[in-house]
Amino acid sequence: MTIQNPSVSIKHLDLAFGAVKVLQNLNLEIADGEFLVLLGSSGCGKSTLLNVIAGLLEPTDGQIWIKGENVTWAEPSERGIGMVFQSYALYPQMTVEGNLTFGLKNAKVPKDEIARRVARAAEILQIEPLLKRKPGALSGGQRQRVAIGRALVRDVEVFLFDEPLSNLDAKLRADLRVELKRLHNNLKNTMIYVTHDQVEAMTLADRIAIMKGGKIMQLGTPAEIYGKPQNLYVADFIGSPSMTFFKGTLKGDVIAIPGHDLPLGNYDFKERPADGTPAIIGIRPEHVMTGDNLRSAPCTTEVTVDLVEPMGSDTLVYCEFGGETFRIRMDGQAQVTPGDRLTIGIDPAAASLFDTESEVRL
Amino acid sequence: MTTTDIRPQTGRSAAVRRPSRLLRNLSSKVAMLPLIFTALVIFLGGTIWTVVYSFTKSGLLPRLSWAGLDQYERLWSSRKWIVSIENLAVYGVFSLIGTLVIGFTLAALLDRKIRGEAVFRSIFLYPFALSFIVTGLVWQWILNPELGLQHVVRGMGFESFTFDPLNNPNIVMFGLLIAGLWQGTGLIMCIMLAGLRGIDDDIWKAARVDGIGTVKTYIRIIIPMMRPVFVTSLVLIAAGIVKLYDLVVAQTSGGPGISSEVPAKYVMTAMFGGQNLGQGFAASTMMLLMVVIILIPWAYLEFGGKRRG
Amino acid sequence: MANIGMLNAANAVTMPLGRTLPEGPRGKKPRKRLSRGNIIVYGTLFVVALYYALPLYVMIVTSLKGMPEIRMGNIFAPPLEITFEPWVKAWKEACTGINCDGLSRGFSNSVRILIPSVILSVAIASVNGYALSMWKFRGSEVFFTILMIGAFIPYQVMLYPIVILLREAGLYGSLTGLVLVHVAFGMPINTLLFRNYFASIPEELFKAARVDGAGFWAIFFKIILPMSLPICVVAFIIQVTGIWNDFLFGVTYISSPDRYPMTVQLNNIVNSVQGVKEYNVNMAATLLTGLVPLVIYFASGKLFVRGIAAGAVKG
Repeated sequence: MTIQNPSVSIKHLDLAFGAVKVLQNLNLEIADGEFLVLLGSSGCGKSTLLNVIAGLLEPTDGQIWIKGENVTWAEPSERGIGMVFQSYALYPQMTVEGNLTFGLKNAKVPKDEIARRVARAAEILQIEPLLKRKPGALSGGQRQRVAIGRALVRDVEVFLFDEPLSNLDAKLRADLRVELKRLHNNLKNTMIYVTHDQVEAMTLADRIAIMKGGKIMQLGTPAEIYGKPQNLYVADFIGSPSMTFFKGTLKGDVIAIPGHDLPLGNYDFKERPADGTPAIIGIRPEHVMTGDNLRSAPCTTEVTVDLVEPMGSDTLVYCEFGGETFRIRMDGQAQVTPGDRLTIGIDPAAASLFDTESEVRL
Repeated sequence: MTTTDIRPQTGRSAAVRRPSRLLRNLSSKVAMLPLIFTALVIFLGGTIWTVVYSFTKSGLLPRLSWAGLDQYERLWSSRKWIVSIENLAVYGVFSLIGTLVIGFTLAALLDRKIRGEAVFRSIFLYPFALSFIVTGLVWQWILNPELGLQHVVRGMGFESFTFDPLNNPNIVMFGLLIAGLWQGTGLIMCIMLAGLRGIDDDIWKAARVDGIGTVKTYIRIIIPMMRPVFVTSLVLIAAGIVKLYDLVVAQTSGGPGISSEVPAKYVMTAMFGGQNLGQGFAASTMMLLMVVIILIPWAYLEFGGKRRG
Repeated sequence: MANIGMLNAANAVTMPLGRTLPEGPRGKKPRKRLSRGNIIVYGTLFVVALYYALPLYVMIVTSLKGMPEIRMGNIFAPPLEITFEPWVKAWKEACTGINCDGLSRGFSNSVRILIPSVILSVAIASVNGYALSMWKFRGSEVFFTILMIGAFIPYQVMLYPIVILLREAGLYGSLTGLVLVHVAFGMPINTLLFRNYFASIPEELFKAARVDGAGFWAIFFKIILPMSLPICVVAFIIQVTGIWNDFLFGVTYISSPDRYPMTVQLNNIVNSVQGVKEYNVNMAATLLTGLVPLVIYFASGKLFVRGIAAGAVKG
């Protein structure tokens, strides 16, 4: 897929610290106005990539283009980016206003223009009453707003977010997440957002890039990532709790896992492999049908409940099946106790099949 | 949304090419020039220069006429140098043990959640703010046999009391030691106290639950945990001992006779008093060697061990 | 696991039982103060404190006595008749060789050495620390390591090469030359101090400033320096006491007695062989020389402790 006039494009990017390769031949194109989330566990290179885009780290090889300009070796301030950091990184001895205007003063923007932009940013983020205060006197959420404001006043094409919500408590994080989404809807800027939180990624992103070991494992919309993970890593990473994986062998229109033959029926194969191919089937806990839904299930079986975790909104049930601990999500009212026999249904169309050898989706 | 670019238009084309290695971070390099000069020219260059010239016949002026190991042979056959080394060894051993024991004991006492901790700490530490010259002169006065401590004790009726270290070649180093310990233990106490404060309170709670006595807890649990603090203290004390000079000059001037000479003073006399530069260079190179012998095991323990672990 | 379960169960049984018992707490109640252990602790501290305080006391009382009283009396006894004459004499008239204008000359020399040395040291060390922690370049750590190793090399090794360097620059024997020597030898400890302090400033702050278009000096002056007042004070204390107390460099790099710093002059006054020893004047002079670091020490309190601890325990 190529994007016409990409806002940011990353071409054959390599970055190594000595012998350690942090980024490897990375290519990525981000469309104008797109909200792209870089998702991965710590050490996957997502923050490094963001820092390279910002110009805070120098790549070993490859190029960065922003708005049709090669900015690989440009100073961070010359790239037309604004950046929001996890620790907010507000200048402690300056007032909120000082924080917002520091960059503009460095760029010698005229005074009335500075005032106009600060007023606009303050209005959008509702931080007008805070302008004369110092960061020490602000709450975590207010600080994060100011940090976003600092990027906003720069009037730039591209916003970079480096785990901006990670230092906030859970409730505030959810609130600010919604605000960020609203902000993007209003501003329509390109935003690149680094996080390790899959909920943030799923809710905010137009597209998600899942990274591991300096490579992008899958790039796609949240629905694609969730519904059709392209490899075992992505399938295991997304979803909480994650899919249960069963090792088996393809035989006609079933996959044989220890003790069971699961019919594959209407599974959407990319390319039908030969019979006898070893494969792995992954089933999401929420795709296991119980109770009333069973009627629509193409295949049903009976299991013994091993452990129950009631979570309020829903209930997690653990049971032994096909040699694995099978995780099943039921609704919050489900009345099950360990030892119960439970009938479950599985829909192969919603499952994911992977080649055992290459771990790529079949 | 219309955007006004805040990027300066100039210099953009330059950004396409990779900047040269030398020019990158130029301000930082310029700002570090004083440091680079000090490190390379004064510290590294000066040390190499002195070591090289210790193998020459330099007398009044440094000159590059090789003398092989002559200067070192002369050095080690000099009575004054041998005395200096012996003195340093005696002072060093007692100063190391004394400073560590006193420093740790005082720190442990102050750590017992006592009242007036700040007052005691100020009293123990103030000598460290004073120079060795001041320290030496005060103790010279207190140890004055006719009017000082000895005189006072005799006046109290102990007519035969004798404590005159500064005029007795056999114990003059202990006269210096009294002053040196007075000046330096406060620092070690402070470092030890910081180390003790860094130990988790839960350790003490666990020891109490297990019924281990206070002294035993210190010896068996706390001291082993403070190994890095002890090592740091050891290095600091050792480095200070090798530099011992001002105190001797002020308190005894090396006397009586040559009985309180130390290597640093030998160097100074040879270089600036005796116009015997070669001897001074050889002696200072030997001092450097001593420091290397002290530092290498420490550096090995401190950094070598970490890399492996 | 089983153990924990059992412990909990035991608690559950005994807790309510204990509450119904009419007895109060059992065992002997530990007495708070003046236990035997406390007496030992306070007693030891008190005796040791006496030993540490004694020299300062002796200095003060001796400097306030007349010579006849000193010759007759007890070194520890307070003065019968307080006189400030020794102080006046030490300041204005005490002789070193041919000069008989007292310690005031050494004092003014020391001040003229101290002020530029301290300002330059702190300025250079703060910039060094900043560059080393935020603008690393290839080799910057190597230079720093050499500098830190240099701090352990005995000064005697480097004394003569510096004589040559200063002579080449035409600064040998001058106060300026001595100032430069102090700056060089104060560099390792102070650079280390600033580097470690700056390393604790979040890196993101520095990144944010770079995105905001600030360069090396703008970040230093507008962001970093306003945050580093505490560490500047610590460096200031270290340098003032260190430079004021120096003897070795003063005696090596100052060629003429009328430019000697106070410590060198003090030593020459007290240890001069000619004339009758005036112990009261000597002690007044010693106290005068020790006054500057003592004032710094007692005024700075905790910061002094923090300074030496930070300097001593490498970061």
